[in-house]
Amino acid sequence: MAVVHVDRTIDARGMACPGPLMTLIGAIREGAVGEVIEVLSSDEGSRTDIPAWVAKAGHEMVEVVEEDGFARFVVGKAR
Amino acid sequence: MEDDTLSLVLFSGTDDKLGAAAILATGAAAMGRRVNLFLQYWALDAFRADRIRKDHGVSPEAGVEGQEAMRRLAERDGAQHWSDILWQAKDIGEVDIQACALSLELFEITKDDLDPLVDGVQGVAAFMAAATGPVVFI
Repeated sequence: MAVVHVDRTIDARGMACPGPLMTLIGAIREGAVGEVIEVLSSDEGSRTDIPAWVAKAGHEMVEVVEEDGFARFVVGKAR
Repeated sequence: MEDDTLSLVLFSGTDDKLGAAAILATGAAAMGRRVNLFLQYWALDAFRADRIRKDHGVSPEAGVEGQEAMRRLAERDGAQHWSDILWQAKDIGEVDIQACALSLELFEITKDDLDPLVDGVQGVAAFMAAATGPVVFI
C-alpha cells in the first residue's frame, strides 16, 4: 500500500463530538490548497461527520484508517 | 433552491438540553445551513452574562445516573462548555441568536444583561418570518 503524504497531523483523540470536526474545519481554513491534513479521533460521531463535511465542503477524503481505539482521517484541502 | 435553514427554539435552561442544542446548531452550521436560535424562558435565563457558565443542572429525566454521566462528560479532557460550542458554530457558519422579547420582560432584564453570544431581541413573528425551514423546540 502506498504511503499517503501528510502535511499536518492533529490529535483530537479524547475530544467529544463535534470537537474533532471543528478542529479539522479550523485547520482546513488555515491551510493552503493542496495541503493534506490528518485528524486522529476516538469520537464515534467523527466516522460519519468528517466524511459528510468533507464531501459537502468540496475537499478530498483521502482515506479513513481504523486504528486501535481511534480512526485516522486524511483530508486534502481542495479549494 | 430548497431552503435548509434550521431554526431552534430554546426553552429549557438545563445544561444537557443547551448542550444538545449547541451541538445541533454546530452540525447544521458545519454543513452550510443557516441557523436561527430563539431563546425563551429558562434558556434565556441561562444566557445571562453573569450566569452563562454556572451549573444549570440537567433535565429531570436524566435521573441520578444521567446526572453522573453528564458530570463525567464535563470533566473529560477536551470537554467544551455549550457556550464555547456556540461560538465555534458562529465562527464556521451563519448562526443568529435572538432573545425572545416577552421572555426578557418576564425576567425584567434587557439585552445588556445577556451574554455577547446573543445578537439581538425579536418578537415571535419576526422569528417565524426568519424560520423558513424546520423549527425544532428544545
